[in-house]
Parts: sequence; C-alpha cells; structure tokens
Amino acid sequence: MTQSPPRTPLLEAEDLHTWFELRRFGFVRIGHVRAVDGVDFALYPGESAAFVGESGCGKSTLARTLLGLHPPTRGQVRIEGHPLPPRMGRKARLEHCARIGFVQQDPYGALPPFMSIRQILSEPLRIHGTTSRNERFARIDKALTEVNLRPAADFLPKFPHMLSGGQQQRVVIARALLLAPALLIADEPVSMLDASVRVEVLRLLRSVQRERQLSLAFITHDLSTVRHFADRIFVMYAGKIVESAPVDALLDTPHHPYTRALIDAIADVDADNALSERAIPAGEPPSLVHPPTGCRFHPRCPEFMAGICDVQVPTMQPVAHQHAAACHLYDKPKEP
Amino acid sequence: MSIVPAATPPLLQVSDLSLHYQTRQGEARAVDGVSFALQPNEAMVVLGESGCGKSSLARALLRLLPRNVAHYSGAVHFEGRDLMPLGEEDFRATVRWQRMSMVMQAAMNALNPVVRVREQVAEPLRIHSKWSREKALARVGETFGLVGLAPDVLDRYPFELSGGMRQRVVLAMALVTAPPLVILDEPTSALDVLTQAAIMNVLKRIKREQDISFILITHDVATSSEIADRVALMYAGQIVECSPARDFFHAPRHPYAQLLMASVPRLRQPEAPGAIPGTPPSLLALPAGCRFADRCPQRFARCDQPPPTFHVDGSTVRCWRFAPEGAP
Ligand SMILES: Nc1ncnc2c1ncn2[C@@H]1O[C@H](COP(=O)(O)OP(=O)(O)OP(=O)(O)O)[C@@H](O)[C@H]1O
Ligand SMILES: Nc1ncnc2c1ncn2[C@@H]1O[C@H](COP(=O)(O)OP(=O)(O)OP(=O)(O)O)[C@@H](O)[C@H]1O
Ligand code: SF4
Ligand SMILES: [Mg+2]
Ligand SMILES: [Mg+2]
Repeated sequence: MTQSPPRTPLLEAEDLHTWFELRRFGFVRIGHVRAVDGVDFALYPGESAAFVGESGCGKSTLARTLLGLHPPTRGQVRIEGHPLPPRMGRKARLEHCARIGFVQQDPYGALPPFMSIRQILSEPLRIHGTTSRNERFARIDKALTEVNLRPAADFLPKFPHMLSGGQQQRVVIARALLLAPALLIADEPVSMLDASVRVEVLRLLRSVQRERQLSLAFITHDLSTVRHFADRIFVMYAGKIVESAPVDALLDTPHHPYTRALIDAIADVDADNALSERAIPAGEPPSLVHPPTGCRFHPRCPEFMAGICDVQVPTMQPVAHQHAAACHLYDKPKEP
Repeated sequence: MSIVPAATPPLLQVSDLSLHYQTRQGEARAVDGVSFALQPNEAMVVLGESGCGKSSLARALLRLLPRNVAHYSGAVHFEGRDLMPLGEEDFRATVRWQRMSMVMQAAMNALNPVVRVREQVAEPLRIHSKWSREKALARVGETFGLVGLAPDVLDRYPFELSGGMRQRVVLAMALVTAPPLVILDEPTSALDVLTQAAIMNVLKRIKREQDISFILITHDVATSSEIADRVALMYAGQIVECSPARDFFHAPRHPYAQLLMASVPRLRQPEAPGAIPGTPPSLLALPAGCRFADRCPQRFARCDQPPPTFHVDGSTVRCWRFAPEGAP
C-alpha cells in the first residue's frame, strides 16, 4: 500500500468513545464499561487494516460503533469525510449499514434460522435489483464456490443449523461480498476455519479487495497469517489503540510491550509445548470499568517505570516511518 | 505423551461409530465408522478441516443429536460399560454431564446474558445431580478457583465479562461435576493468543492435578500441540490417522496429515501460507475408494478401493501406502 494515500480517508474515527452504563438490579447506575475509550484512526480506499487485541478489549464494540449500531459516547465517525450523525434513526442506520458490509463475530447468531442458504443469499441480490432468477442463482453458486462450499448444490437447500461452524461462517462472508460494499468490516471472519480453508478465504477477500478497491477493516486473532492479508495493523488494549504500523514493521519490530507479549505468545507447533506451561504476562486483563491509571498495561508490563507509567497516560508517538506506539519508552526526552 | 501401561483398561473405547443426517438430497455421512480408544488422564486432539465431522463426533458421543438423524450406530464403551443400549433417561441420569461433559463450539456466546454466571454454572449440579443450592454454589466457587476466575466474577452477568472470562465460565460449567472425561469443541478459536495460552495453561494444570481425560476438537494445529498426548485426524467423516502427538507433529504419515502439517502458517515465514488444493468430497456422495484420493499427491492404482485402517508403530493410518508388504 501507501505510495501516496489519497487525501480523504474512506473511514475515520476521531477521539471515539463508546461507554456502556453498568447497572445493578436494572436501575442503579454503578459505573461505565469503557469499551472504546479514545480511538483515532483512518482507513483509505483500497486499504486493508487488521485490528488485533485481547478478548474484551473493545474490538467488536469499535466495529459496531463504526457501523452506527452503538451511538458513540464521544467523538466522531466519518465516512468519506461526512460525519455520521451521533444518533441515527432506524432508516438512516439501515441506509448506512447497507453501504458497509459487515461480517459479525458469531456466525451462529448471524444467519436467520428459518431461511435456507439459497434464500439467505438471494436477499442481498434482490436488494441490489438482480431480478432475473437465473442470474441470482448463478451468482449465488459462484459465491458459495468462492468460499469453498462445494458443491454449492449441497448447501443451497440447507438451513443454518445444518451447517458446521466454519460452513456458517463462510455463508456469512459470501453474503457480505454479494452486497458489493465499498467498505467491509469483518469481525473475526475466519476464526472457525482451519488453516487451509482460512488461507483460501483470506485470499479471496484480498483479491476482491484489490479488484474492487474495497477497503477492509478486519478483526483477527491470527497473527501468523495477517502479514499476507493486511496492509496495516492496529493493536488495541483496554479500549485504546496502543500501536499502529505497516504489517511487516509491526510483526518484525513491535515496539509496545503489549504487542511484544502478544507476538511472543504465538506458539509454533511442537510436541514439547505440552510439557510446560506457556509464559504469559502475569495479571488479569484490565477492568474497563476501573481501568488502570497511567498506561493501562502498566500492571502487567515488564518495562514498567514507577512514577511515570502508573501516572501519565501515554500518547501515540512516532517510532518509525508510519509506525506509532503509545508507551512511555518512546517519549521524547524533555531536554534535548 | 502419557506413559500408560498397556494393561490399563481404556476409559473410552469407541468402535465403528456412525452418525448420518437426513437431508433433502440424501444421507450426509458426517461420522462414518470411527474407532478409537482413550486412556485415563489422556488428552486426545481431534483435528480436521471445517465440515469434516468433528462436532458431529462429539454429538454422537454425548448423544446430543439433532432431529434429522438418519443413522446412528456403533459401540461406545465408557468406564467399562456399554453405553449404546442405555435409554435416554438412563444416559441423562448417569452419563451426560455426570461422567462425560462438553464445552460446545461457541458456547461462550450462548450463556444466558441475564442470569448471573454462578447460577448458570451451578445448573448441571442442580438439575442433573439434584444438589441443594448451597452445596452447588460452594462447588461452583471451588471450580472457579480451578479455572482461574476470581470469586467476584460469580456475581456478574455474562455481558460484563470478556471473551476469555466467558470461556473460563463455560469451562467451569463442564468441570463442575468433576467428570472423568471432558470434550472441548474449539474452546480457544475465538480468543486472542495470550488468552488462548492462558486457557491452555489452565487445561494443562487441571490435567496434571486431576485424573481427567480430554477430547479436544480444534482446527488449530499449533494450539493443539499445547496439550495433545495423541492426535486423531478426521477427513470426510473418518479418522484417517491416529498417532502419538510427537509422531503426528514431527513425522505425520497419512498424505493428508503431511499436507496439513505443511500448511500450518508460521509467524516468521516470509512466503504466503499455502492451502491444500481441492475440496473434500460431498458427504452426500462419497467416492467409492479412498476419500482423499482426489487431492492426494501420492495416490496409486489401489486407491480406487476404500483403504482399511493399518497399524504402523503405535499409529493407525487409513491409507494404502501403509499396507503391509505382500498383503492382498
Ligand atoms: N451491551 C453491553 N453492555 C455492557 N458491556 C458491554 C456490552 N457490550 C460489550 N460490553 C463490554 O465491553 C467490553 C468490550 O467488549 P467487546 O465485545 O467489544 O470486546 P472484543 O474485543 O470484541 O472481545 P472478543 O475478542 O472477546 O470478541 C467487554 O468488557 C464487554 O463485556
Ligand atoms: N443437522 C444436520 N443436518 C444435515 N447435515 C448436517 C447437520 N449438522 C451437520 N451437518 C453436516 O455434517 C458435516 C459435519 O458437520 P460438523 O458440524 O460435525 O463439522 P465440523 O468438523 O465440526 O466443522 P467445523 O470445524 O466447521 O465446526 C458438515 O458438512 C455439515 O454440513
Ligand atoms: S489411500 Fe491413496 S489416495 Fe488415499 S491417502 Fe493413501 S495414497 Fe493417497
Ligand atoms: Mg469481539
Ligand atoms: Mg464444529
């Protein structure tokens, strides 16, 4: 990517916050879950960005906020430079969502249970005005074949519960691609697929993204394949982006201690793995209700500097070309 | 690998287990003649491509069957007892959850969002074992400690928990009755690598401290190597190789196992990971010969016949390449 990125990003988030009210007994407000807590980023047309981060760090909430499914508590989402209204009516939201493809995290909840796969995949085509039945069927056939559900005829009359987890996930992807969006937000789209099928589906997404100049924002846990399918990575921790870089730079020279821990935790296959426990940073994932002061990673950080990390909130600092990290290790010295 | 003297009777012995589904176009043979044995305190990993029948195998063992079953047969001996003749009533009262429990695929998303987790985890004890509420909640507290959940999580609702915490909750639910066998269906595929490692550490510790066996279903070869004593590889409804973990990971035998191991992505590899060419056969119209023949780089004339399972040095392999010399 990035010879000279076009000026207007397709999708932008500025100082984005999404908090959930936490209540006891349904009415006593006892605090907020700060699921997204100050996120800034930009995604350019034809760019593919991966979001990675601990379970519960707010990735899905960020995706849903970008889609307009959660109103932001503060900050703004812009599509092609136009701000999303903070509170959208149902109609505005549907229109907005129709322009953005979405693959939601849990395929089991994503497909309507009483529709056959053929019906499910016909819907987006009908919305787009493909009136000829034959043309619809031909495109559905192609879409299923592309996500490796072959022979397509086996799957067409089935209902979602008759498909395995990974098969459902692929139907969700096929549906999103049939809508031919300019932007696709995919929340762990391939988490249930084995390596071989995963690579094929990611290749498909990559080629569609390049052919149609589609922008792709996908959430993933799979750092071992991400290198080949994304241009840029954003690493999230406790509601914030803590590192952002082109994919090779991030994987080869991670700067944030959390990113380093994440990359170190990746196991290559080895029968000896079973003989010992894997070393991981001590401590629990942080509470999003009472996040740690200063740097949110400080209670688990091997580089922890007392008096700094637990006091000051680090901001994103450039550490290399197009590479930034929010960690006090990279603060500019005060006296030059 | 666990060092189990050969004399120990297996905890679970499965012979020729089949589960076929009725569909409009015919029978889908999701589990088709599966046999294996599991020793006490052994962890067997079941690997295989999406749709090859892994969850169906789990369902067949626990008898959690959908309505459109066309055919369900075979023998399942568990703790010295033949389970197949048991009626549903008996099976529920004495086997499912009591002695054999399961973490279902994506179960962490299926927790009831408006019921406190301690009530949900206590459910198997309250409903299946008919324990009093106090006794059950005390046991839930213990189990939370076992899976590494802080006691204050007991009072929370699932939506207030992170993915990793919810996954520990469903794990606690499967462990709360202290069964000797737990089946885990993709317990870490929705988690980040750090949380995955934490969950695998919990499983390792429990296995070390207790006399418990696991069947771990996954598509993630790297994670599976964290706990596997043995690996069973499924392809199109059948087990095509079952080997000690070390052999499987470092010298797989079946041609599919070899391609699978070669396709495992590694973080530091510069080239894009490769996919295994081709697709598995339709479970509705299986080929007459070897089910992998279509994609197999090593196929030869004999592969037009269905290969039986051959025994080779502690492994079983369903491939003609392993037919003993001079056999017909
Ligand atoms: N509707 C809600 N009400 C209250 N809290 C919520 C709600 N939705 C999410 N949360 C909380 O917000 C935090 C972030 O959740 P989110 O689902 O965005 O995480 P995630 O990064 O997608 O995690 P995972 O990798 O497990 O999917 C979690 O602590 C979650 O419990
Ligand atoms: N109720 C059903 N009726 C008909 N076919 C079914 C039914 N349930 C599953 N199948 C089919 O049986 C096959 C095996 O499904 P199963 O869920 O066991 O796969 P799996 O190996 O667990 O895959 P995954 O890794 O994607 O979860 C799949 O091809 C699926 O489409
Ligand atoms: S039996 Fe033949 S086709 Fe099948 S895996 Fe072995 S060599 Fe390949
Ligand atoms: Mg999520
Ligand atoms: Mg499954």
